[in-house]
Amino acid sequence: MQDLNHLVFGRLGWDAIPHDPIIWATFAMVVLGGTVVLALMTKYRVWGPLWRDWLTSIDHKKIGIMYIVLGLVMLLRGFADAVMMRAQQAIAFGDQAGFLPPHHYDQIFTAHGVIMIFFVAMPLVTGFMNYVVPLQIGARDVAFPFLNNFSFWMTAGGAVLIMASLFVGEFARTGWLAFPPLSGILASPGVGVDYYIWALQVAGVGTTLSGINLIVTIIKMRAPGMTMMKMPVFTWTSLCTNVLIVVSFPILTVTLLLLSLDRYLGTNFFTTDLGGNAMLYVNLIWIWGHPEVYILILPCFGIFSEVVSTFCRKRLFGYASMVYATVVITILSYLVWLHHFFTMGSGASVNSFFGITTMIISIPTGAKIFNWLFTMYRGRIQFELPMMWTIAFMVTFVIGGMTGVLLAVPPADFVLHNSLFLIAHFHNVIIGGVLFGLFAGIYFWFPKAFGFRLDPFWGKVSFWFWVIGFYFAFMPLYVLGLMGVTRRMSHFEDPSLQIWFQVAAFGAALIAVGIAAMLFQFFISFIRREQLRDVSGDPWNGRTLEWSTSSPPPAYNFAFTPVVHDLDAWTDMKKRGAKRPTSGFVDIHMPKNTAAGVVLSALATLFGFAMIWHMWLVAGITFAVLVISAIVHTFNYHRDYYIKADEVTRTEDERTRQLAALPAQA
Amino acid sequence: MQATQTLNADGSVRFYDDGSHHPQQGTLLGFWIYLMSDLLIFAGLFATFAVLGRSYAAGPSGADLFDLKLVAINTAMLLFSSITYGFALIGAQQGSKKLVLSWLAITGLFGLAFVGIELYEFAHLIHEGANWQRSAFLSSFFALVSTHGLHVSFGIIWLVVLMVQVNKLGLTVANKRRLMCLSMFWHFLDLVWIGVFTFVYLMGVL
Repeated sequence: MQDLNHLVFGRLGWDAIPHDPIIWATFAMVVLGGTVVLALMTKYRVWGPLWRDWLTSIDHKKIGIMYIVLGLVMLLRGFADAVMMRAQQAIAFGDQAGFLPPHHYDQIFTAHGVIMIFFVAMPLVTGFMNYVVPLQIGARDVAFPFLNNFSFWMTAGGAVLIMASLFVGEFARTGWLAFPPLSGILASPGVGVDYYIWALQVAGVGTTLSGINLIVTIIKMRAPGMTMMKMPVFTWTSLCTNVLIVVSFPILTVTLLLLSLDRYLGTNFFTTDLGGNAMLYVNLIWIWGHPEVYILILPCFGIFSEVVSTFCRKRLFGYASMVYATVVITILSYLVWLHHFFTMGSGASVNSFFGITTMIISIPTGAKIFNWLFTMYRGRIQFELPMMWTIAFMVTFVIGGMTGVLLAVPPADFVLHNSLFLIAHFHNVIIGGVLFGLFAGIYFWFPKAFGFRLDPFWGKVSFWFWVIGFYFAFMPLYVLGLMGVTRRMSHFEDPSLQIWFQVAAFGAALIAVGIAAMLFQFFISFIRREQLRDVSGDPWNGRTLEWSTSSPPPAYNFAFTPVVHDLDAWTDMKKRGAKRPTSGFVDIHMPKNTAAGVVLSALATLFGFAMIWHMWLVAGITFAVLVISAIVHTFNYHRDYYIKADEVTRTEDERTRQLAALPAQA
Repeated sequence: MQATQTLNADGSVRFYDDGSHHPQQGTLLGFWIYLMSDLLIFAGLFATFAVLGRSYAAGPSGADLFDLKLVAINTAMLLFSSITYGFALIGAQQGSKKLVLSWLAITGLFGLAFVGIELYEFAHLIHEGANWQRSAFLSSFFALVSTHGLHVSFGIIWLVVLMVQVNKLGLTVANKRRLMCLSMFWHFLDLVWIGVFTFVYLMGVL
């Protein structure tokens, strides 16, 4: 009986429920909130439509929106972690122990980093690429629509695992990159590191496949006439990003694989005896990790480029140099990884090489900043929300870039390594660059996705609280870092430091108001959607093809594929009076929805859970079922259907009527 | 992409395609990119072996352990299987389902022989106490070689599935494309094995 229990449940028992009032309260709220949501969903009978139109959908637009919803939900979780850390550090001085015991605090900073990078920034970035790229290149979907749905669900599966660790067991206490020997089986025998490994492995499969998918989409599915140098900048940055994904995520996979072999099978890759070498792990994970930060920022550079040229009513300054700068950053991002551990002791020559390559990477980035500035110069700038976020980015990111160049100098890095200066630096570039970019993107493309704008007043409230809150939260950390305060501390002795942490906590509170204002903005905009409605499909006087179709676009995106003659294809079409075809529609070949993605990734997630808890029997069965289900899916040869010409005609006639009802444009 | 005209018959600029435009098929390109990403997994394992391959921890080295004759036979199995897969593709070009199925079966048998000999070698090493826990060298050896072996095993499963599909539905366009993908996968594993044979076994006994 004992053996059978062990075979089925492994290490999982009732003691896996954490004994912590904070977690109990969170769990109670999740259960309560979840029950309310589920009850409402049942009451309004949305289960059927949700399953048919969304969860099993292989429409790139819906998958893109699901990625963005996932990212925003996880942002709330990651931000809750941040608030707890700021609160703890603001009060835990001297005799005050604060409200978080160290073992809990360590899980929180690990979860915060992992969630913010893998389950906030990555889904948001991937969501935008999914939604926008096919529309910008005049395609009807991505190259592999089923794979796209599967990729999303694998990412969601990883998120499910990491959320499960909150209530069942524990999360890693190792920091977001889980360096051995701390993450090895001797120092971390619990399930925390295993949750980390399997959450990232499951999500990583999705990320890699989505990278392959989008590369092929951009290479093979562009509209006629769209040569590489006529691609919109966002599409270019997406292409480079996905190349980076495909070239770096396998390294993460193999690194985590070796770590799990150390933990599960007793190998000696990163152990401290029998020839193991922990620094090998640090090298390998940063060979993935540095390109990763460019995976996050490059698409945002693309968003800023689209926003700046749209809201300055000008063609982007220096398109070609923008493209080359993106490509150069893509290549250079592989030549800088060692700057994350100058203190390892590689010697002066190696450190110099990586210090210099790191400084060189700021040149193409600087070129981009100047391109945006020159686009704004003598432009007719409209201070809509996306443009405001872009300007906030340009100011903030330059500060973060300069502190980055400072850290690239090895002697300076020896002083500042692992200090709060570093924490301030990377939040400065990731919040000021990536997150601001994603917000600009949300405000920019929201009307395209839903057919109405977001309320500008609450958007501005959110904007100012976010930006001011950011400066309050992170500028003190630069000061503390220069004073020598190291990262990941749950308690301090020196009372003179406390005021800086209190200022930082105040900043976090301002950001909380910013987030609340943003959520309220979504709510109020939905309520007032009729006043905020845009039927033109082109609310910003856009320049690229996504604005040429209706908002939200029909399932097939374009009834007839646009033919591209110029870089800003839609501006060109408007200028030369291109007539939208209103008759002669033909059948459109489209891929069919499928539940296979949901099923396969549910099995993969269950397999990951079973591996975490050493439930070998369950793991074996789920793995076998996973392989068999995948094989069964390959026997389905009928994955497409035709949208009939008369249905296309109906949809397009409706659009013709809408456009005719619009007041004539001057 | 060039199939669509950018000008109308009367010379005016055309802004919308007439419905005849179809995007190119991307499966083979996508599969190539997948293979390159898989190659990077092997690159990570090769790099690990390069760093740890001489960390014997006072245990046995490659020179003590490897039976080059056995590995040479194993290499031959895999190389022959690549040739026979090539014959299967020639069969597919001739449109002969029977040829395809027979050559695929022979390829699968060579693959099974390869995996069998590899498992025999592993069993022998473990029996001698040279298991993956003994030293970092052996950890990296087992990780690299068995990752390749697992790829071959999955290749065999895929091959059997594809044989069933070809048998059931014939040499359709979709099945021919799948044959091409598996072909690339199979040759790719051959190529990786050449690296393993050279880098791990031949250089390991030096």
